[in-house]
Amino acid sequence: MSRANLALLVLIISIATLPLFGGPYALRLGTIACMYAILALSWNVVGGFAGYPSFATAAFFGLGAYIGGVLLARGAPLTIAVPAAGAGSFLVAALLGAALLRLRGHYFAIASLSLIEVFRELINNATDLTGGGMGLNIPLSASAGILADAMFFFYMMWGLLLATAVMVIVVSLSKLGFGLSCIRQNETAANMVGLNTTLYKSIAFGLSACFVGAAGAVYAGWVHYIDPSDVFDILYSVKPIVMALIGGLGSPLGVTIGAFVYLGLEEVVWRNYIQIHSGVLGVLIVLLLLFLPHGLMSLRGRKLFWRVKNV
Amino acid sequence: MLAAQIVVNALVLGCLYACIAIGFSLVWGVLNVINLMHGSFIVLGAYFAWSLYQGFHIAPWYALAIAAPLFFLFGYVIQRLILNRVITAPVLVTLTLTFGLDLILNNAMIYYFKADYRKLILTPPTGSVSIAGAVVPVDRLIATAAALALTGVLYLILRRLRVGRAIVAVRLDRDAAVLMGVDVNSIYAIAFGLGTALAGCAGVLMALIFPISPLTSTAYLGKAFVVCVLGGLGSVSGALAGGILLALIEGVGSAMIGPAHAITLSFMLLIAFLILRPQGLLGRKGFE
Amino acid sequence: MSEILRLQSVSRRFGGLQALRDVSLAVNKGEVIGLIGPNGAGKTTLVNVVTGVTPATSGAVMFDGREITRVKTYQSARLGLSRTFQIVQPFAEFSALDNVAAAALFSRPGEGLQAAREEARRHLVFVGLEAQSGQQAATLTLAMRKRLELAKALAMRPKLLFLDEVNAGLNSAEVERATKLIHQLAADGITIVMIEHLMKVVLNVCSRIVVLHNGRLIADGQPRDVMADPAVVEAYLGQQYAQRVRAHG
Repeated sequence: MSRANLALLVLIISIATLPLFGGPYALRLGTIACMYAILALSWNVVGGFAGYPSFATAAFFGLGAYIGGVLLARGAPLTIAVPAAGAGSFLVAALLGAALLRLRGHYFAIASLSLIEVFRELINNATDLTGGGMGLNIPLSASAGILADAMFFFYMMWGLLLATAVMVIVVSLSKLGFGLSCIRQNETAANMVGLNTTLYKSIAFGLSACFVGAAGAVYAGWVHYIDPSDVFDILYSVKPIVMALIGGLGSPLGVTIGAFVYLGLEEVVWRNYIQIHSGVLGVLIVLLLLFLPHGLMSLRGRKLFWRVKNV
Repeated sequence: MLAAQIVVNALVLGCLYACIAIGFSLVWGVLNVINLMHGSFIVLGAYFAWSLYQGFHIAPWYALAIAAPLFFLFGYVIQRLILNRVITAPVLVTLTLTFGLDLILNNAMIYYFKADYRKLILTPPTGSVSIAGAVVPVDRLIATAAALALTGVLYLILRRLRVGRAIVAVRLDRDAAVLMGVDVNSIYAIAFGLGTALAGCAGVLMALIFPISPLTSTAYLGKAFVVCVLGGLGSVSGALAGGILLALIEGVGSAMIGPAHAITLSFMLLIAFLILRPQGLLGRKGFE
Repeated sequence: MSEILRLQSVSRRFGGLQALRDVSLAVNKGEVIGLIGPNGAGKTTLVNVVTGVTPATSGAVMFDGREITRVKTYQSARLGLSRTFQIVQPFAEFSALDNVAAAALFSRPGEGLQAAREEARRHLVFVGLEAQSGQQAATLTLAMRKRLELAKALAMRPKLLFLDEVNAGLNSAEVERATKLIHQLAADGITIVMIEHLMKVVLNVCSRIVVLHNGRLIADGQPRDVMADPAVVEAYLGQQYAQRVRAHG
């Protein structure tokens, strides 16, 4: 295993000690940090490894949140709701991926962006099941106190992050990762050497949705209430991209660090500029793209290649 | 009766949709940039019309003449100062950048105008007329006529003016245009300025019909997406066809399966079109 | 000799352009065929039709006893059809070794990455790129990238190999080197169809020549006969010149 992957695992494992140092606020922040890292690492599979500019993260986050939320609201335990959300998201994404990933560049970006809209409207209209625009209440299951609950969901999200990281590392070392890298560099040539690009892209899209969906389900259980405009927020699609850009596309360690750096920035902005926080966020995004297009890593003067297809 | 009403509504609304989409299509086609600010530009145009009417009692159709140059300048400057720095970057970067800019613009509007809905109410009211057995409010008709006129103006600019031909040339073949001595950067800025001006003007017209709020920007952007993909990227006639088709789908869809499902339907159609016919209904390379 | 590839009345159209018209052709195992014709004759289209990049609009393609007309590119690659591209298509960020390893890895299901790299090394030695095996493909010279392309195609253990202008853009020493490689491949028994503009190379290497003109197959036979064929001379040199040649001849 490479040093970067090892460092990633060490970083994630060290996060598990967080409850030793902080109270509820630290736990809340830690849970969000894990969630962001899951989104960023997952996006990296399709966006970083395969080079497809996906804006679909929010679609699968919302889908998973609703699969999990509906199951939880009907009394299923988290041990069923979370895996179901992950599996459901994987399946839906893999099937859609076979069709959507035939598109390139701008067209793929638009289609993946539209997926958010389609899912949101479908959930919105399935009022009987989801409560529609009124949102979905997820009752507390036998609460053991606020701090214990916070701790529980933190470790839940953390476990999911660990699983995501292991998945990403396994993919990057496997034939699948090698193939995705071929697809990113030259899809024509990839086809020509016998690589089933449709299958590989579908699996990549499925994997990039799987843990995002599971994280959505944990989120739903954690916050006890979800509504379509909350969980299908396009920001869930854009944030992972910004995180990946901060950390440097393609590198699992980089995007994870990017997720944490981003959360730090977001937290500072939220605290100081409630009224204009999204505007300040916009300024950060614009500055990042204009002045650090290769991420924070480029500050160290390391040679990094532009890893995204210029279509 | 109902059919006539649906068709007339679709034609009226379709022209407005085309007007919403056409600037977006121009920018996408020429600069190869998906401008996520487009919806907020439209809302800004609507506020512009509202402010002029509230403050100075200037009717929206006159406001068009003031909005066009101001929005052009606004877009021109944004392109020159910001977008142009990443114009050759992958779609991931340009799309995320315009998203960031949109956050700023939208937040600024929420800050100044608040998020609640406002309505521009003409006094005295213009009433409504009956066309082929369908009832249409006059303000809507005026907006439609103005939308068609704007579309026509863009068509003429691209067709007749030297700068318009240069825009088309850059869209068709950027490298060849450079060899012919076209200054691509200024063409990009002009095209983006035109796109912004069209969005602003579309917003002015929307103020006549729809409530105004920064929260509506994503809905406008969504319409622009769908119209562009349905009609085909980069042609005036394609935007018109796409606009009317979308309005028809929404009209028929609302009547048959309810208005909420109609939006879902239109986005599903968008994805289907992207996959099966990415060039759109009238798609071809070249902007007229 | 047994047949490996057969095209039956294959046509391909792109909108209003008829790129291939009613082309029928049979290739036998072990043959080295030169596919020639003026620019725009449909040579590369023919390769694209056979390899499933742009399937035929009508007609049928048979390969090694089965129909592959509608088979996808990656499937035809696994059946033993491989090709090089006129415009080289490397995996730009990969090392030369990994470029070739990718070909060995994906052309055979069940192949592991380690085994693929082992095999890749052999092919790099064969094309004379062993010294560059760790070098990033994007940084190789054109001649080297052309040979890398060949190594990739070979790593797929092809039954039939299409070479699309492997010599274009090379200097004469490089051409000589490439020609030697092709001779060696032919000696190893690989069936080769090569698109080539350098007649010197075609006559040196090929046992049979097929000529395309405006999407039609206009000649097919022994090199000497084909080169003397008036239709071929006309296709290449234009009608007037051909008449003059005939008049003087």
